[in-house]
Amino acid sequence: METKDLIKAISSDATARPRSLGALLLAAVAIASVIAAIVFSYLAGPRADFAAAAETWRFLIKFVVTLALLATSGALALTLARPGARLGMRVALLAVAPAILLGAISIELATIPSTEWATRLVGTNARVCLTLIPLIGLGPLGIFLAAMRQGAPTRPTLTGAACGLLAGGLAATLYAAHCFDDSPFFVATWYTLAIAMLTAVGALAGRYVLRW
Amino acid sequence: MTRTDDAELARLFRAAIVGDEGAYAVFLDGVAQLVRGYCRRRIVHGGVDPEDVVQEVLLAIHLKRHTWRQDEAVTPWVYAIARYKLIDAFRRRGKRIEVDISDFADTLAEPEKAEVGERDIGRALDGLAPVQRSVVASVSVEGASIGETANALGMTETAVRVALHRGLKAIARRFGQD
Repeated sequence: METKDLIKAISSDATARPRSLGALLLAAVAIASVIAAIVFSYLAGPRADFAAAAETWRFLIKFVVTLALLATSGALALTLARPGARLGMRVALLAVAPAILLGAISIELATIPSTEWATRLVGTNARVCLTLIPLIGLGPLGIFLAAMRQGAPTRPTLTGAACGLLAGGLAATLYAAHCFDDSPFFVATWYTLAIAMLTAVGALAGRYVLRW
Repeated sequence: MTRTDDAELARLFRAAIVGDEGAYAVFLDGVAQLVRGYCRRRIVHGGVDPEDVVQEVLLAIHLKRHTWRQDEAVTPWVYAIARYKLIDAFRRRGKRIEVDISDFADTLAEPEKAEVGERDIGRALDGLAPVQRSVVASVSVEGASIGETANALGMTETAVRVALHRGLKAIARRFGQD
């Protein structure tokens, strides 16, 4: 077909209304949240002393960190879906969640005697954490990758990794309501490892499924 | 089309997105010239037909037009898609190239005309379902309007539009499999 003929065909299709990318990703986050919540309540559920825990800063700071990751990786994913969009600021904002966590760690270092550091880092739930976060995040990761296929990511691997981070942020937010290990030492070690697993899976999957 | 400045292209594209077919045709023609120049400068050893990449980019622009932010420049978006599709074309040919768009990120390529020559109409339309094929051929090669196509094929205009949209999607998918 000659290019001028193709242009005729494409311009005749102008009435097909395109969707909004932001609305699409928001819908994906909503669906993924429902799926993650179902898996979470089936496999774990919130801890028994949720209300009492919600009055301690260590418990609350977990959500600040995971929600910051959720927001910043979501913004990055949305930008990656647009060809030619500048990434600099969005990538830099990914540092927000680790920065908050670092702040919490320094408080922990200053207020907790060094003899207790190792116990708090190892915690009691490390294996559960490494299992549940990836399990809760796997469904959302699939949803986010599917949503990104509606976009036009020119960096498939990086976009897949951003989807993994987003799924990790969502899964970790739910898991944080279940886990008794509230020390920032524990969060920085095991949550990070679990989210890194999802990110790696996302990057690998993105490489193959995000081609267009 | 001689005015290829970004603001004019963006204006046409915004009109196209809300359904202006005439503006869309002018926009796509302008984009085709930019992308043609981009590809010809980068395909030096052959193996990839620049016009194939141009057509693939036009289809991608159409199917991914919701990824353009209407308040932003349109040419960086177009070149990012062109770069992606060109690299993909080379990848499919088993070649590796490095493409650097920074050398013209702020400037625009000069328009280039399409090479005259009969392209293989069958190749793009081959994989389509019969109805889609008739509709796409009617609207493109025969230059008929949606209404004329509907009359000629005994279909409703809505059915013609649906078949056209699906046909274009199918052609875009086929490009990626070559």
